[in-house]
Amino acid sequence: MEKVLGLASDQGVVIFIKSTCCLCYTVKILFQEIGVDPLVYEIDHDPEGREMEKALAKMGCSSPVPAVFIGGKLLGSTNEVMSLHLSGSLNQMLKPYQTQT
Amino acid sequence: MLGWTTRSNQEEHKPGDKLQRRLAQNREAARKSRLRKKAYVQQLESSRLKLAQLEQELEKARHQGAYLGNASNSSRVGFSGTVNPEIAAFEMEYGHWVEEQHKQISELRKALQAHITDIELRILVENGLNHYNNLFRMKADAAKADVFYLISGKWRTSVERFFQWIGGFRPSELLNVLMSQLEPLTDQQHTNVCNLRQSSQQAEDALTQGIDKLQQTLSQSIAADVMGVGGYGQIDAMENLEALEGFVNQADHLRQQTLQHLSQILTMRQAARGLLALGEYFHRLRALSSLWAARPREPT
Repeated sequence: MEKVLGLASDQGVVIFIKSTCCLCYTVKILFQEIGVDPLVYEIDHDPEGREMEKALAKMGCSSPVPAVFIGGKLLGSTNEVMSLHLSGSLNQMLKPYQTQT
Repeated sequence: MLGWTTRSNQEEHKPGDKLQRRLAQNREAARKSRLRKKAYVQQLESSRLKLAQLEQELEKARHQGAYLGNASNSSRVGFSGTVNPEIAAFEMEYGHWVEEQHKQISELRKALQAHITDIELRILVENGLNHYNNLFRMKADAAKADVFYLISGKWRTSVERFFQWIGGFRPSELLNVLMSQLEPLTDQQHTNVCNLRQSSQQAEDALTQGIDKLQQTLSQSIAADVMGVGGYGQIDAMENLEALEGFVNQADHLRQQTLQHLSQILTMRQAARGLLALGEYFHRLRALSSLWAARPREPT
């Protein structure tokens, strides 16, 4: 849990993924389209990956990956990201972290 | 021409008369013949159309027969010879959904022409949006039962299948169809629609790239050591296939969100017109498919 939270605070936008997960790839592409360069962390290549997965589930993430954190706080998984983007809220949240407009 | 030599002088001075009359008669006969041919061809066309419709109904009835356990004459028989009851149920439900959609479109059209109140219009609009939500719910269940069936578009008509994106219509297509029909918009509405369009397109692009990646990954894992004797990682491949359901769900989620947000931007009357336009558009795709199936073909 601490590892997850620690990594999540490392950078403004952090996405936990598994390298084999293509919906994770989708979310990463979406953030890039919005002009954000997130820190992408592959939990399946981490020896403590399973514990991290459990921690993310405990934090309320609908599916363990992708897990998106903005400003150290859990935003959610693919569904939440898509909903927030369509409502226009995601752009607002990501404004401080955009590297290109 | 033999008769001319016995004609009187008078008639010989007007040799054109008979010719003109004959030409007029010919023209009239030709016109009547063209009209008869046109009527005959139209009759043939409508018979072919009817035949195609009857064939479709027969197919439907056959599936329903399969659902009731008569698997021997069903074309929905699975690989192992069994019928997937959830898919058969989906097909039946979807048939009802289309019929209900048709009714709602007619109601909307009448209501808009009759200038009913906004309150009455709201009920129609909410029914329309709920109807789409029902479809997405049905599709979610079908995706759990057989995601490949859903993504194949077998449950849709041929022209709809041509436009298909991850098991349904493209959100961007929806916005393109509607936006030309909904002018005039206020400046604020215009801005909101542009923003929605951009977000929706970005999400659509991201999902497209994601599913391309899935195809690539799956292909690579299946092709691993394809000439060797060891086989390949079937477990990984199966995991990839499982991911497909997630993509279909996200695609439907995007469709639903696009519809919902658009309805919030529009006035009640604009939303009603939008639902009418969308419903009519999909109806035309289906009708075009029937027309295509019934088109006259060269005998082989």
